[in-house]
Amino acid sequence: MNVSTTRNFKANAAEQLANETLRGALTKSKGHFTGGRATAAANLPEFEALRDQARDIKNHTIENLDFYLEAYEEKVTDVGGQVHWARTAEDARNIVLEICRSVDAKAVNKGKSMISEECAINDMLEANGIRAVETDLGEYIIQLRGETPSHIIAPAVHLTKGQVEESFRANHTHLDPDRVLEEPPTLLNEARTILREKYFQAEVGITGANLLVAETGSSIIVTNEGNGDLSQLIPKVHIVLASLEKIVPTLEDASTILRVLARSATGQEFSSYTTVSTGPKREGDPDGPEQYHVILLDNGRSDMLGSEFQDMLRCIRCGACMNHCPVYQSVGGHAYGWVYPGPMGSVLSPGLLGVDEAGHLPNASSFCGRCEEVCPVRIPLPKLMRHWREQEFEKHLSPGAARVGLGLWAFFAKRPKLYQLATGLEMRVLAWLGRKRGRFTSLPLAGGWTKYRELPAPQGRTFQSRWKLGERPQAGGAQ
Amino acid sequence: MSASDRNTILYSVRRSLGRSGPVDDGTAAKLRARIAGHARNIVPARTDLDDAGLVDLFQTMAEKVFATVERVSDMSEVPGAVGDYLRRENLPAQVVMAPDETLDAAPWSDNALMDIRRGTPVEADQVSVTSAPVAVAETGTLAMFSGPAHPSTLNFIPETHVVVLPASRVVKAYEDVFDAVRAQMGDAESGRNGLPPRTVNFITGPSRSGDIEQTLLLGAHGPRRLHIVIVEDGEQDAPQNG
Repeated sequence: MNVSTTRNFKANAAEQLANETLRGALTKSKGHFTGGRATAAANLPEFEALRDQARDIKNHTIENLDFYLEAYEEKVTDVGGQVHWARTAEDARNIVLEICRSVDAKAVNKGKSMISEECAINDMLEANGIRAVETDLGEYIIQLRGETPSHIIAPAVHLTKGQVEESFRANHTHLDPDRVLEEPPTLLNEARTILREKYFQAEVGITGANLLVAETGSSIIVTNEGNGDLSQLIPKVHIVLASLEKIVPTLEDASTILRVLARSATGQEFSSYTTVSTGPKREGDPDGPEQYHVILLDNGRSDMLGSEFQDMLRCIRCGACMNHCPVYQSVGGHAYGWVYPGPMGSVLSPGLLGVDEAGHLPNASSFCGRCEEVCPVRIPLPKLMRHWREQEFEKHLSPGAARVGLGLWAFFAKRPKLYQLATGLEMRVLAWLGRKRGRFTSLPLAGGWTKYRELPAPQGRTFQSRWKLGERPQAGGAQ
Repeated sequence: MSASDRNTILYSVRRSLGRSGPVDDGTAAKLRARIAGHARNIVPARTDLDDAGLVDLFQTMAEKVFATVERVSDMSEVPGAVGDYLRRENLPAQVVMAPDETLDAAPWSDNALMDIRRGTPVEADQVSVTSAPVAVAETGTLAMFSGPAHPSTLNFIPETHVVVLPASRVVKAYEDVFDAVRAQMGDAESGRNGLPPRTVNFITGPSRSGDIEQTLLLGAHGPRRLHIVIVEDGEQDAPQNG
């Protein structure tokens, strides 16, 4: 499994918060994604109803997952493909290696796949003397830099064009050192030229799958670049890496998911390329792979099924939750320390890595609820994060200070009179202390807050006391 | 793979779903019927248009995603239109195309200046010409079916992809494409053995990437240019819109 530094989330986040280059890169990308999604949603009157249907399709499939997996497997076999079942990331690595060795592969072309990241396929291939070439532009850039993706659909979103230029100059040393390489189009052209040579050298192509279709035994990938297509069409072996919950019953169900996927992800009505692949090439086909393998990965998902985290298995990996998350937008994807960042990662990672390892992540939320608001399959992400917090508390994994704090709060909360007296007193004292500046830049016991932002001084009375005195919100005022 | 991994995973799935074995026969029959019925879910109403309206919507949507579209009245005008396009774009008059029934209906030999190679593309090929069996008005999307007359690599390797699309092939939605796939699958005796094409490519505009600072760039790995020639009177036996 990919090495996790999730345990160090707090230190990771502090380090990323101090990274000015990251700040700049994230600020540039944010409006692009949130604005794009809002426009795409507004342009389709049926969008909300499609989200409901997408949720229902995924729920139906998950509730009958064993049936659909078996039906899917039967179809893949009928069309001349092979299904491999992998309980763990290690099993998946072994299956990939075995297939590569069977054709004496020296090089593997990779389309973008988060399951490949989860299973650390590239490291395994390199360790066995097989060259892994990431072909998605963002993945290619981070592979050159020895980094992991910082976003599930925009893996290099944390980088600036200057950093990309730096990496290309350092790695493409056979090219003219005086070439102009400042703007994104010249960078793209260079990557295109270099990757073109590589497409024709690989014996195996690996892609992920956005969807698997039980009706036809097909796998579906969605890309904008066309790299996933070249990766699977040119080599003689196509391996699809997919987790169990990618399955849907029919092509019509796939259509519904596809209608919400691109709109939620990049704000496109439809991605440039949606590709339905069914088995190996047919007799008489001039191109296409001779072998078609699908690796179905469990890696902890069957345990999430039937638990309070089952809703998470609906996730279609669009990235909308992280695009709209104030925490992700501040610390970036690498702070989360493992494959899946943002709100979806904060729910999924503890499920796959264990709450002992990833228990910090569900705490990295202000519970503003924007993730749930934009999730195309309506996963109640804040509620699921709250479940993990409960588990963390019950397992005595939360830090001592937090437990003492919660204990104190609980003591007062159970005694309303005392609670009102204490908070009333506290508000008056704070209001008096902050009366000059109207805000605090440092406060005892609140250093974690005031280190990064100021705390507004209270106005002197608590909500409850104002309510008692008959104050009510103005009609039409803010909620 | 070992059979035991398969069984362990299925056992674990069933245990989590609160079952000790497969779904009961009644449920299995219902689920099989759901697959066989492949009922449509919500299809956006934007495609509630007549045939001419669908072709217009297809063009508008395709142009929005940076495809270029032109219309000719019949197949006899296609070679001239393709030649003019290549000249306008300063591209060589050399194209690669597969032996394709739709394209064969055009009088390519009239255009003596165009050099046509038949087969699958190689890296040196700059322009491919294909037909499209179906196109989706909803999002300006072409659908390509792989087969002897349509190598999928023609859609991706050359920098410029020219697509000849008889107007009668424009359908409303993705679901219509899947119906067309099913109609072509045939049965065991049909030569297609009941199989769908190996690859169905839905193509919406040229290749693009936003991976460098979210700057939209065309031609990441696939074609930089997608040019669609709509043939108003493209064929006699037009399929009906679903």
